[in-house]
Amino acid sequence: MTDEQGAGRPLRRVRLALWIFVGIVAAGGVILAVVSPSKVARDAPSISAGAGIGGPFTLTAADGSVLTDQRLKGRPFAIFFGFTRCPDVCPTSLARMAKLRKQLGADGDKFDIVFVSVDPGHDTPADIGSYVGLFGTPVVGATGTADQLARIEQEYGVYVRKVPIEGGDYTIDHTAAIFLMDRDGRFVTTIDYHENDRTALKKLRRIVA
Amino acid sequence: MLIGTRVAVAAIAFAAAAPLLAQDVAAESLHIGQPWSRQTAPGQSAGGGFLTIANRGTADDRLVSASSPVAAEVQIHRMTVEGGIMKMRQMADGLVIPAGRTVALRPGGYHIMFIGLKRPLALGTSVPVTLRFAHAGEVAVRFKVLPITAMSAEEGGDD
Repeated sequence: MTDEQGAGRPLRRVRLALWIFVGIVAAGGVILAVVSPSKVARDAPSISAGAGIGGPFTLTAADGSVLTDQRLKGRPFAIFFGFTRCPDVCPTSLARMAKLRKQLGADGDKFDIVFVSVDPGHDTPADIGSYVGLFGTPVVGATGTADQLARIEQEYGVYVRKVPIEGGDYTIDHTAAIFLMDRDGRFVTTIDYHENDRTALKKLRRIVA
Repeated sequence: MLIGTRVAVAAIAFAAAAPLLAQDVAAESLHIGQPWSRQTAPGQSAGGGFLTIANRGTADDRLVSASSPVAAEVQIHRMTVEGGIMKMRQMADGLVIPAGRTVALRPGGYHIMFIGLKRPLALGTSVPVTLRFAHAGEVAVRFKVLPITAMSAEEGGDD
């Protein structure tokens, strides 16, 4: 249920933005007679199921190469945001994806697992590479500049906040959901941290089908 | 699983001498069960440790702090996922171990946080840690390092 709600909120925001735009147009008295609000909403190309989540991005992969949404196209992917110093939910989520991939059997090879570090101040691409290399399954590790990360975080509606901890270090509050995207990079659903494996497996089957 | 009862000194001495085991330790009325940690990669400067603490006594105790030669700092943390957001916070007042109860530090809840690792936590090794309790005092334990995919001391990972 939460994924539907998550997808609905940005949709409403898009609608609201469109209405505001229409309002401005109307106030200016320009092309008022030809463009009705309903037509604007109907014709807007970005409005479709789950259109609020995902989009173009550019990051640096663990091997130093450029990782873009275009490079991931053609295969479904599961994308998760975290940082290497996260001792609990990040390894748990990646270990879970590795386990679920195994349970999918032959279908397990039909999607990519992507881990994006939202901690570029600490995690170098090489660090991320050695980290994701521990999970016993191929994981695409990546990070980016502050601007690149801000963009993808916004596109995926990912919450990220640095919080200082005693001793001068910091931790990062972040969204724990795993986003499942289809082979065209379109949002399908999320796997929630508290969700059971059976449900998660069903969702993964949907994106590899 | 648990060795001895109220044989604090002997147990601690044994714990300090025996390497590589996610072993249990008894100290006064506290029983420390299977401390373990997930391996870390080079460049990953922090890691988490897990264990169970059973209080067989009649008075509450409190895990106040911890230290280890492998980390600049060791803290007691609580992790929560609420509204889809992961948050990790230090338990500034420590963790109460109520009389007659067992408190589990495990994935999805409390953990021991190793901050500023001086070297990676290598698979198959063990990490010496001193736990400090308000009443039981210092207890030396070793955290067995398991695969990063491990979810419990028994599991030891998926493969």
